[in-house]
Amino acid sequence: MGTSKKTATERRPSELRVVGRALRKVDATSKVTGATRFADDLFLPRMLYAKLLRSPHPHARIVSIDPSAARSLPGVKAVLTGPDLPIPFGILPVSQDEHALALDKVRFVGDPVAAVAATTEEIATQALDLIRVEYEPLRAFPNAIDAVEHADPAIHDYADAGNIHKLIDLEFGDVDAGFRDADLVREDLFFFEGSTHLPMEQHAAAADWSPPPGGRLTVWSSTQTPHYVHRALAKVLELSPARIRVIACPNGGGFGGKSDPFSHEIVVAKLAMVTGRPIKITLTREEVFYCHRGRHPTLMWVKTGVKQDGAITGMHFKSLLDGGGYGSYGVASTYYTGALQTVTYPVPRYKFQGARAFTNKPPCGPKRGHGTPQPRFALEVHIDKLAEQLRMDPADLRLKHLVPPHSVTANWLRIGTMGLGRCIEKVVSGSDWKRRFKQLPYGQGIGLACSSYITGAGLPIYWNAMPHSGVQLKCDRGGGVTVFCGSTEIGQGSDSILAMIVAEVLGLDPAHIAVVTGDTDLTPVDLGSYSSRVTLMTGNAAIQAAERARDLIAPHVARKLEVPERRLAFADGRVFDVEQPEHGLGFAEAVQLAEAAEGTVGTVGSYTPPRSPGRYRGAGVGPSPAYSYSACVALVDVDPATGIVRVPKIWIAHDVGRVINAASVMGQIEGSVYMGLGEALMEEMAYRGNRKVVHKIPSLLEYKSPTTLEMCDVVTYVVEDPDPNGPFGAKECGQGPLLPVPPAVANAVYDAVGVRIDEVPITPEKVFKALRRKEKGEDPRFGPTHFPDIPWPEPTCVPPPWEGGDGGAVEGGKGRQRAPEAARP
Amino acid sequence: MHDSKTTIALEVNEEPVEVAFAPHKTLLEVLREDLGLTGTKHGCELGECGTCTVLLDGTPVLSCLVLGLACAGRRVKTVEGMADRGTLHPLQEAFAELGAAQCGYCTPAFLLASEALLAANASPSRDVIKDALAGNLCRCTGYIKIYEAVELAAARMRGEDASPAAESLYGYE
Repeated sequence: MGTSKKTATERRPSELRVVGRALRKVDATSKVTGATRFADDLFLPRMLYAKLLRSPHPHARIVSIDPSAARSLPGVKAVLTGPDLPIPFGILPVSQDEHALALDKVRFVGDPVAAVAATTEEIATQALDLIRVEYEPLRAFPNAIDAVEHADPAIHDYADAGNIHKLIDLEFGDVDAGFRDADLVREDLFFFEGSTHLPMEQHAAAADWSPPPGGRLTVWSSTQTPHYVHRALAKVLELSPARIRVIACPNGGGFGGKSDPFSHEIVVAKLAMVTGRPIKITLTREEVFYCHRGRHPTLMWVKTGVKQDGAITGMHFKSLLDGGGYGSYGVASTYYTGALQTVTYPVPRYKFQGARAFTNKPPCGPKRGHGTPQPRFALEVHIDKLAEQLRMDPADLRLKHLVPPHSVTANWLRIGTMGLGRCIEKVVSGSDWKRRFKQLPYGQGIGLACSSYITGAGLPIYWNAMPHSGVQLKCDRGGGVTVFCGSTEIGQGSDSILAMIVAEVLGLDPAHIAVVTGDTDLTPVDLGSYSSRVTLMTGNAAIQAAERARDLIAPHVARKLEVPERRLAFADGRVFDVEQPEHGLGFAEAVQLAEAAEGTVGTVGSYTPPRSPGRYRGAGVGPSPAYSYSACVALVDVDPATGIVRVPKIWIAHDVGRVINAASVMGQIEGSVYMGLGEALMEEMAYRGNRKVVHKIPSLLEYKSPTTLEMCDVVTYVVEDPDPNGPFGAKECGQGPLLPVPPAVANAVYDAVGVRIDEVPITPEKVFKALRRKEKGEDPRFGPTHFPDIPWPEPTCVPPPWEGGDGGAVEGGKGRQRAPEAARP
Repeated sequence: MHDSKTTIALEVNEEPVEVAFAPHKTLLEVLREDLGLTGTKHGCELGECGTCTVLLDGTPVLSCLVLGLACAGRRVKTVEGMADRGTLHPLQEAFAELGAAQCGYCTPAFLLASEALLAANASPSRDVIKDALAGNLCRCTGYIKIYEAVELAAARMRGEDASPAAESLYGYE
């Protein structure tokens, strides 16, 4: 409250009236009454329906397409094929490798090839069967190792080497020297299977076109990133962005799966233009599996040197990602598999080598935690093994070696506040760790793991100097305030964050704040709901806009009340003299004074993250305004006869910086634990093992995800270590708490039955096989045994801060960032 | 594909309705496309996810697996019928209060399945709630806020002066 010139982060919680409370979300009523309009809930007059014909081959050249029979089916209004939309697109500037409809070849079973617009969905579906496509099948690549070993035939005409899309080699100090300094050096191999987002809402998009002159296109979509859809539509349709309006409908679950511009969004726009009628497409559940962009299957090798007390002396990490048929966010994902190893425990010397292979499967991309749950799983199980060899309690080892707050890591990430120690203490005491670890009966076990995640990517996907988030504020003479922001409500509660923050600064009831979001015509750009960026970035932009509104209104109130401006407070829907609180005006009257004097009362605010100290090529992935921290303890029951693992309970503590909406924070943490549990135990994108590379299970029944019967009890601790970069100190909570769950479960399985499952999901079959090996006196483990030879490039050598570096690469500037690198998170 | 429409009479949300539709249509399609009741959602249209749950004569059914024609003369309740003259149903109230609806897409189905549960059992245990909702998938919440909301609504429907536990909203100390 108040006109105090203290920044929002310096406010003490006792001064906060809205922030920190558990409030109903602004859209709660419309969600529970079914009134929320998702994209497929749109029915426009004269609306047509679109369907996509998808490839039955994993890898094939398109010899010919004959749509004539489909075109002549009554009710069909248009059929499109690749040449109708020849311009490529993709989320990252460095991998514009997708076409709305395949031009000359298909790269996975499910790759879109043709599109139909018809008066009904049934006719459109029928028309698909009439499109004749002749394919010349090519050798298909079922996994990353196969793609690394065979360059021919090339899946794409661009790649760093053969079918290896991206190669990264970064060195921060001399890791070999680090290993020489160590008392113990250990190497491990891990595999993290791919999984998908599985939002309950199937993707849908609708489009409307008003013909020229003045033609304007409107596209509604279940997208997390309307700004990038806007860009892609303008590019592929060769239309000025000024004539395109993208409206992000509330998403029925996103989790990263609706963050790419998609074929169906572009196709439906083109079909609206071609037919002159509004049109909608709703993907089937099977098609949602083909859109994918989920977790990259990742093979990892890690070697770490430690001192007797557990202090890390050096770490070398290698990852191989199975990217699927297209680039998507993959370049960023690959960097992310090496970026955050350094932000939990000090790593004085660090080397990362990452590779992403193209394969003939649906493209992988960003799923909750984007590229970091895989290495976090590897690292936390690896540390558990190191602790055992050092005869240290794994909780103690971690507590002893925490990255200091307000420090810079070996790879030049600037850490702000760091609440991991408090998180570990919470779950250790809550779970009675000290009395349970290594002391439970055979078959029961307890495991611990930690993690950290970014609160927004420090750099935008398209490098530019503009803000990442913008907010406009309109103060109505009736006392209401409308917040306009390009952010996208995907269920995480971002609309409510805007209302709460504006209400806090202006001293209003959040119910008096109207929120308009995710509409490129109405709202200033926010880059989208990804990388856990929205609360921090839109929150800071909203604070700035609200503080400017306060500063605009205050002088007029001060004059009227005849008190100095500095004595005014904005609280409880009033503006008043702090020294005589009864002396004041209602907020509406205050706005009226300002409006009479200055005209319409409106302000803007925006946010750009602080510059990161890293200046080497690749330094764009990893920096963030703030890092959240989590610690997790999992309790498991393992049935040695079947290998079935049940998780009755998880304790999770999360450093969220500062709670904005307590109810939303709890929901995000519990939801993250749930999704982490699914990945730990059952979720996997499985393909038939022959060269057809057909998705085995594109259905909600066969893709196993936790139901109420598998979900565990969760004990949640919310730790607040306010970060100076966060709005009121807030950091993220929507992705980070997923990360420690899979390794905590794996470590607990080891505690229960003494076998290491170095691979998720931890299925009964894997546990059973490892137990059999243990019985036979073999290595009691299930997991990968080999990391392939990869043609790594010359390393980019960047001295860590304590070796006197300046954040750039050495050797005559080799690897130093010259031009803005386009591929950023 | 071009069947002529059939007309049936049924009761939807306590109102008599006549509706004409192609006979192959499912109840889900009739509700959404012919009656404009888009509060009923779909996640698979194959009977796998529970997202399209509605009440048919008081019993939860997957509306994607029920033919519209099979509903002639029967009572259908959708999420649009839960609030009473502008007052939310206690389940809706509790879901909103606890944040049991995140994206809100599966919410109508959970609400109706929960309503049927509470109609049969006014004091369900946590395990009974889990069993009753095992056919409904939610990807956002981890189900926990949903259980807590059902328990809160049940207590209030029994006439108790119940409010959410502090640990539900703020976590443990």
